[in-house]
Amino acid sequence: MHEIGMTIVEWIIGLLVLGGALLGALSAFGLLRLPDVYTRSHAATKSTTLGVMSILLGAFLYFVAYDNYVSAKLLLGIVFVLITAPVAGHLIGRAAYKSGAPLSDRTVQDDLKHAPHTDTQLREHTDGQLPHERERQRE
Amino acid sequence: MLQVVLYTALVLLSLSVVAGLYRIIRGPSMPDRVIALDTIGICLIGLVAVVCMLQDTTAYLDIILLMGILAFLGTVAFSKFIEKGVVMEHARNRDDHR
Repeated sequence: MHEIGMTIVEWIIGLLVLGGALLGALSAFGLLRLPDVYTRSHAATKSTTLGVMSILLGAFLYFVAYDNYVSAKLLLGIVFVLITAPVAGHLIGRAAYKSGAPLSDRTVQDDLKHAPHTDTQLREHTDGQLPHERERQRE
Repeated sequence: MLQVVLYTALVLLSLSVVAGLYRIIRGPSMPDRVIALDTIGICLIGLVAVVCMLQDTTAYLDIILLMGILAFLGTVAFSKFIEKGVVMEHARNRDDHR
């Protein structure tokens, strides 16, 4: 009975680790092949996060099954990767758009095209004052 | 059996690190390079976890947390720098940099 249980655990760990590594390789393929910054960040952020989370879950199960060791560090690592990776992806996408990284030729829609995202455009859009300047005047 | 799977995972993750390096060297714009750096950091976390399992030790588990924090902070600092030209923004000299 115990022998069968260990085999099942081994299979689960193997599937988790192999799936995670395959997701990592897939995201690297996307990083190489996709046409512009935004699609590349899409490939790099999402699938790498899921892949590393499943590898860490596999490692957690490994240490529970073979060493009877419940590792709080691995759980913390899973939570940390889950929280920080989307934040980092959002920040870098925003920085890419604001710094004017070009979109691919095949882009069909750019919702931010007419949105005021530089100071001069914002001045034209409002009454010539930026929000924080207006606040300062009120003070 | 598990050893073969772990070695395969090591090879796949190393290949994705190599792909990230190619994107860092080649990348046409600065955000490309930052995204590739972030990917390499996250892949390194996975590599450390796989090495931990291969050597059957818990000694490297601290490195996982450390790599996660460093990759995140690096990405945040780089993206703020690309967006505004400064990393730390103070309220009193905000006008100079905008």
